[in-house]
Amino acid sequence: MISAAAVPPAVPTASAPRTLFEKIWDAHVVREQSGQPALLYIDLHLVHEVTSPQAFEGLRLTGRQVRRPERTVATMDHNVPTTNRSLPIADDISRRQMEALSRNCAEFGITLYDIHSPRQGIVHVIGPELGLTQPGQTVVCGDSHTSTHGAFGALAFGIGTSEVEHVLATQCLPQSRPKTMEIRVTGQTGPGVTAKDIILAIIGRIGTDGATGYVIEYTGEAIRALSMEGRMTVCNMSIEAGARAGMIAPDEKTFAYLKGRPHAPQGADWDRATAAWAMLATDDGAAFDTLVEIDGSALAPYVSWGTSPGMVAPVISRVPDPAKIADAADRRAAERALEYMGLTANTPLTEIPLDTVFIGSCTNGRIEDLRAAAAILAGKKVKTGLRALCVPGSHAVKWQAEAEGIDVVFKAAGFEWREPGCSMCLGMNPDILQPGERCASTSNRNFEGRQGKGGRTHLVSPEMAAAAAIAGHFVDVREVAK
Amino acid sequence: MEPFVKQTSIAAPLDRANVDTDQIIPKQFLKRIERTGFGPFLFFDWRYLADGTTPNPEFELNAPALCGAQILVAGKNFGCGSSREHAPWALNEYGFRALISSSYADIFYNNCFKNGILPVVLPEEIVAGLIRQLQAEPGATMTVDLETQTVHAPDGQVISFVVDPFRRDCLLRGLDDIGLTLEHEPDITAYELRTERISVAA
Repeated sequence: MISAAAVPPAVPTASAPRTLFEKIWDAHVVREQSGQPALLYIDLHLVHEVTSPQAFEGLRLTGRQVRRPERTVATMDHNVPTTNRSLPIADDISRRQMEALSRNCAEFGITLYDIHSPRQGIVHVIGPELGLTQPGQTVVCGDSHTSTHGAFGALAFGIGTSEVEHVLATQCLPQSRPKTMEIRVTGQTGPGVTAKDIILAIIGRIGTDGATGYVIEYTGEAIRALSMEGRMTVCNMSIEAGARAGMIAPDEKTFAYLKGRPHAPQGADWDRATAAWAMLATDDGAAFDTLVEIDGSALAPYVSWGTSPGMVAPVISRVPDPAKIADAADRRAAERALEYMGLTANTPLTEIPLDTVFIGSCTNGRIEDLRAAAAILAGKKVKTGLRALCVPGSHAVKWQAEAEGIDVVFKAAGFEWREPGCSMCLGMNPDILQPGERCASTSNRNFEGRQGKGGRTHLVSPEMAAAAAIAGHFVDVREVAK
Repeated sequence: MEPFVKQTSIAAPLDRANVDTDQIIPKQFLKRIERTGFGPFLFFDWRYLADGTTPNPEFELNAPALCGAQILVAGKNFGCGSSREHAPWALNEYGFRALISSSYADIFYNNCFKNGILPVVLPEEIVAGLIRQLQAEPGATMTVDLETQTVHAPDGQVISFVVDPFRRDCLLRGLDDIGLTLEHEPDITAYELRTERISVAA
């Protein structure tokens, strides 16, 4: 006879297995009431010049203060020129927005890494670099690519300007609990197949709304094998699949990356922190609402062909034929995309000629990305007539690259070597495409007009972008590396 | 925040899927430091010809019959991409108070509620049907009623929709949700003390 004690309890207890997401969520609930969103405490709030001025203005209008100024850090990245920083900023409106951030940070007592600071860079590059981003935290920023910080086992998500104001005033955010999705990438990826290819393949599979309402946890051998930079690339583009956030359980690589960084815990605090961080991983037996499995060993380098990050294909394939797409809405979207992109169905992707190559952004503007591109570029020249731009993600990335001689490789190949910022990823500064220009870009969005009105963007990895710069068209980087 | 209770107006169809916030308000217009002034640039790249001032006659919303539309009916995954709240600001200033789609991106959906815009979610085939009706009869009116949680289609059909009760209440009353959170200030302080966050410098 089976005793009652052997039957598992029907109601989960405090010791029930939990996912990484659930552990962080539970630890940050300030207040919960039936029928209302939970009030979550926010550990780290990152701010940039574009989505914050109206939030600070809101505080002024209501006479509210910043509750915990030490938990907010600001930088300038979207608008900043990537050319000579000693010159005045030519764009008056951009300058006005940067000046507003300086004033707001001074008035409310917030640390700002401005255009002249050695710590300036893209907000999602400097957060981890400075050790501000840590496992187990809640991290928000008025920027959809905040999902990047999930690579450290943090719950990190983008918010709107009203929510920026909310966090400034209360250090909290009301949030309805999202669902959880495990994306398990099994096996080992082959040579030339990068973190960027993994995430493009995922978005191609589940669609740009495939993870709407979910927080993704990426698991599996191919994910664990990624460096911290690679993990950031994957988590960065979670938003392009519609996810609220993307995250990866912290491990020894995470700890090794953070150790010794300016804001990382030191001494005995470090030991306590790593012991706590090691407990964050999803427990055996914890349940996700949805599971997606991808065979990492079957992936190839990817190229986007359309105007949405889900419109991707392996480089060895052809531009798809919309006539063969069953769903009517998807077919119309594909037809419209091909028209905008100036592409003909069934054209081999490797025959698409390029005008511009952009290496940079919060997706692929880190040191490892620049090293990978430089390895392809070494001793080669950019195709005559093609414009090639490398914009490091931060000053730290730029100086590290220069210390390694990577800048010399880029410049010798014919790339422009710029100051750090968001640059041509979204073209808020002078770095834009002209109408009809076609660009291989290591950024995250191929939306119409994203890099300049009429500009045509193809998303690729840094290796693929470098190889394309040399050839003047897409090539299978696996052939180049041979 | 201005409350949303009920809206009857011309409804404009936008038969496109995955309309991203870069399309709703392109980046060159994000440099303002105010919450206003975005309406004239809504859907800028689609709305105007290359000169940036002549209305593009081929863009759906430029049809004279749709002048004054305050309800927008669009394809799935509306508002995807960038978190920019400038998108709902631009929609609002242009005149749109209610949106109807089969799905929205999370951040955009949140941002709408903060700005008095009601994003109604209906099944994809129903949205497709509404778009067909509006295309067949340009300038047709619809009603979106948050109190009864119904949409009145041009053909007279009344369709119910579901919305989170808390969000509905906030929108009906035009509540300032920062004020709501600040009512729980003692809970926030208690949390900070309990988790030793107050003495911890970031």
